[in-house]
Amino acid sequence: MTADLLTHVLRQGDRALVLSHRLAQWITHAPTLEEDVALANISLDLLGQARHLFTYAGEIEGKGHDEDHFAYWRDAAEFRNPLLVEQPNGDFAVTIARQVFHDQAALLYWESMTESTDATLAALAARARNETAFHLQHSAGWLIRLGDGTDESQRRAQAGVDAMWPFTLELLGADDEGALRADGLIGGSIETAWRAAVAGTLLEAGLRTPTEAHQRAGGIHGTHSEHLEPLLEEMQQLARAHPGASW
Amino acid sequence: MSTVFPQWEVFVRARRGLDHQHAGSVHAPDGETALRAARDLFTRRQEGVSLWVVPSNEIVASDPADVGALFEPAADKAYRFPTSYELPPEVDHM
Repeated sequence: MTADLLTHVLRQGDRALVLSHRLAQWITHAPTLEEDVALANISLDLLGQARHLFTYAGEIEGKGHDEDHFAYWRDAAEFRNPLLVEQPNGDFAVTIARQVFHDQAALLYWESMTESTDATLAALAARARNETAFHLQHSAGWLIRLGDGTDESQRRAQAGVDAMWPFTLELLGADDEGALRADGLIGGSIETAWRAAVAGTLLEAGLRTPTEAHQRAGGIHGTHSEHLEPLLEEMQQLARAHPGASW
Repeated sequence: MSTVFPQWEVFVRARRGLDHQHAGSVHAPDGETALRAARDLFTRRQEGVSLWVVPSNEIVASDPADVGALFEPAADKAYRFPTSYELPPEVDHM
């Protein structure tokens, strides 16, 4: 059970950390100054969630590892994030499509986790739920405006949705967490609620919901796309070059 | 993206019971987006409990060139200030 819980917490922490880094890569590149600040804020919220989750992972593991260990001293094969969050930023529409799919899943996840029998996760969920609700307002708001905007923005929004769709099934829950579910540590499946909510957003945006074909998964088991390693190299470079440095 | 979005003036209410105060401005394509941008820019450190955004071009402003005609006539109307009343001691520090 402890091993299952540790894996679960790392999956969530890695999801938040990797997406946080992807969003941080937008800084100084976003379409407007306001959007630069918005993406940076979301990135920092996710980083804060990751830090709490990694600290808790260290407690569960019991080997004296701190948050920095999990962020900086593991290699790609040890990361347990879903493939979606490591996908490259692409253009703004790709980033927004990725974010809508993620935020909707994260919101449903954190809402269910407020009922967790694990007091640490339930407390984190109460805060993360509010943060994530705002993230979803931001991303869904943009997807609707892009889909319902100009011909070019609609074309790009649909392309972003189509490109990110193959990575969504993995977001909707792991197949090996039945024991955690039985003990009330995590909630039930979010798949039905996610599909309904995302279909509603796509409809409002005037975008097509892609078909189910060609789903890709494996990240939550440590099998990643080619995009994670370069991301980690960039993120971990400083910590590894100067072990134990502080500033 | 070279599109320049319209400008919005942002008003923040710091606490219940206080007035909204002008805090600055943001660029956004519409009001909802402006509100979200204002939240990120002006209330990140618990500065507020309520936000207003108003299209900047909807504000009708006085012309600085009219400052004499608008404001100077008030300067020599001493009778508009209630300074000649004798206050009872109970309200001495009004």
